[in-house]
Amino acid sequence: MIDFELSGEQKMVRETVGAFARDQVRPAARSADESGAIPPELVKLAWELGLARGPIPETLGGFGDRRSVLTGTLVAEELAWGDLAIALHVTAPALFAFPLLEMGTEEQRRRFLPLVATERFAAVTAAAMEPRYDFDLSALATVASPNHSGFTLRGDKCCVPLGEQAQAFLVYARGEDKSGGARAGDLQGTQVFIVARDTPGLTVVEREKNMGLKALATYELKLDGVRLAPDARLGGEQPADAARLVAQSRVALAAMAVGVSRGAFEYARDYAKERRAFGAPIATKQAIAFMLAEMAIEIDAARLLAWEAATMLDKGLNALKESSRAKHYAAGVALKTTDNALQILGGHGYIREHPVEMWLRNARGFSAFEGLAIV
Amino acid sequence: MIDFELEPQVVERAKFFRSVAEHLMRPISRHYDEHEHEEPRRFIETTWQGAARERQGGADAGAERKSAPRNLLTTIMTEELCWGDAGLFLSIPGPGLGGAAVSAAGTAEQKERFLRRFKDGEPKWGAMAITEPGCGSDSAAVTTTARREGDYWVLNGTKIFCTSGMRALEKSDGFVVVWATVDKNAGRAGIKPFVVDHGTPGASIIRVENKLGIRASDTAAILLDNCRLPLDHVLGSPQVEPSGGFKDVMATFDATRPIVAAMAIGVGRAALDFVRDFLSQQQVEIRYAIAPTRMTALERDFIEMETELEAARLLTWRAAWMLDRGLRNNLEASMAKAKAGAAVTRVTQKAVEIMGPLGYSRKYLLEKWMRDAKINDIFEGTQQINLLIIARRILGYTSKELR
Repeated sequence: MIDFELSGEQKMVRETVGAFARDQVRPAARSADESGAIPPELVKLAWELGLARGPIPETLGGFGDRRSVLTGTLVAEELAWGDLAIALHVTAPALFAFPLLEMGTEEQRRRFLPLVATERFAAVTAAAMEPRYDFDLSALATVASPNHSGFTLRGDKCCVPLGEQAQAFLVYARGEDKSGGARAGDLQGTQVFIVARDTPGLTVVEREKNMGLKALATYELKLDGVRLAPDARLGGEQPADAARLVAQSRVALAAMAVGVSRGAFEYARDYAKERRAFGAPIATKQAIAFMLAEMAIEIDAARLLAWEAATMLDKGLNALKESSRAKHYAAGVALKTTDNALQILGGHGYIREHPVEMWLRNARGFSAFEGLAIV
Repeated sequence: MIDFELEPQVVERAKFFRSVAEHLMRPISRHYDEHEHEEPRRFIETTWQGAARERQGGADAGAERKSAPRNLLTTIMTEELCWGDAGLFLSIPGPGLGGAAVSAAGTAEQKERFLRRFKDGEPKWGAMAITEPGCGSDSAAVTTTARREGDYWVLNGTKIFCTSGMRALEKSDGFVVVWATVDKNAGRAGIKPFVVDHGTPGASIIRVENKLGIRASDTAAILLDNCRLPLDHVLGSPQVEPSGGFKDVMATFDATRPIVAAMAIGVGRAALDFVRDFLSQQQVEIRYAIAPTRMTALERDFIEMETELEAARLLTWRAAWMLDRGLRNNLEASMAKAKAGAAVTRVTQKAVEIMGPLGYSRKYLLEKWMRDAKINDIFEGTQQINLLIIARRILGYTSKELR
């Protein structure tokens, strides 16, 4: 039944996380970007929200919350409204926890979920992206070759959040044990492997320097003949449904793109009402007002596309198409919106005194980001 | 609880309208495009008989109804029928925009009196006349006057771009709601809606336009030359109040803009389905999940068109859903209308581009849909006037502060 209203619980979650983003995340964003570090105190406070730990069963040390992809998109939007780099950092442990929770074997869940069910921030993460212009989750260059004692992983990964401090990774790779190979674009060949930090052959290369997300410590990984036991593959004998994981990730990134866009829109709107030119606020000029109107429409459109994919995932449906287009659309909206916001501020938008240039740098990344967040 | 899945009974209705579109509209689509001003008589008769049973009287702008999601159903029906043919859709007899104005601005007694006619008898149309030769988007600037003379209102002026105006005024026992000012000094507060019945002396059709698209629909110019109306033909209160008058025009638009957005989406979907079917015959696969950098230009274009359309649809459903809930949807209705008009203009133009000479050929309907689509970017408020409304709302400006 068509309904555009959030449940009472969802409204509450949005309010709680929204307040956290406003009071804690936003004030820390600029200095985190300049210094390249997120205050540990802030990470601790974010961890107390229980975002990654919450849905883990109580028997494994979690809170046994019901996981909802839609509720997750609300959280993602609010946190990214505060700051994208901080949002990606504090939600990174879910990149490890959620796939295990949903698709791990009993044994895998029992062994690895307690890593995330801790009082202190759990440094676990995923490695999905690769340093290639044609990087594609449906055609990964990182290969998992089956052999008599399990699998061997070979390849390079990049943009791995928490890389240096991480105890364990979920590594996305192309499985070579499927006869006939994968069809382009359906993710049949993509598999996920649980790799402990100290596995021989795994090297965490030095911290990356990116255009944006400067506060988020990301790393390249080298997988040089990493030998894994047969039970290291997520889902075991029946490989995990990578398409569903990718869909969940794309919805999360779409929601974050909406959060960044909304932040930039609100800032530019308020600025345009304050800033005067030719005797009136610039917001009273149609050239500015129309930009803002279009930004408002596109932000709502992108959010609804993300929600549409999220509701499908919550119903257990295949939403690969819907989540992919939502992510692609939202990435475009984020770039356009942050660029418009900068344009509205004019020269002031270019100056680091205002956050808008930072938002543009962050937003530019969405077209490349994959597997950096999950709901 | 957020949900975008239509209920089974709505899906059933959609299937029904889809079948009407497929069997009653598509086969005659080209003919009435190439024979402008020729009346699609059989289609009119069939749809009148089918719809008269169900119809109760126009789109609903008020909060008086609570149960069935009627506005949402209307948008679904509109999308399906405009997938068939937008010009023929606009020709379907019924209360139309005139009915919407009566519903939004009329008293209970007026609704009963003016809308009763649509329940039976011969096919009839309701129409609405706002635009004048000298004013379009600035509808507060109407110069048509309504002067009180004893027991009558006397209307003088010229109205243009009145959809179904000829059918409402000359070809059936219908009516046109004419917006006129009772007091020029009062500005927008002085603008009132008047019901001009079929056959009223002094009201005449002076022209029917030749158009780029939606040619099956008549677009009339109306001359009001000392047109005398009974006093109770002014909808709502005849008093000039600061809050009255123009607000009613806007309330009408809050209900009709989602419908126009749905019209646009129907035309856009027709074009998209055409391209999809063609590509699938050619065994061209659209790979949604691969990285955009690895997609072909065709895949990127197609997915972008589809996404634009879906974004517009979700905004439209939201605006209609709010109306069904009795929520004020002024901002959301304009968002849906602005987005849908622009998106579908682009989508249909792109579809013609993708299909090359086949897209440009009148052998297929695609070029027609591109021509039909453009009207949705213009009528019921151009894209720009809707952006202005949105901008005022998000900035908290009045129409004086943001012109």
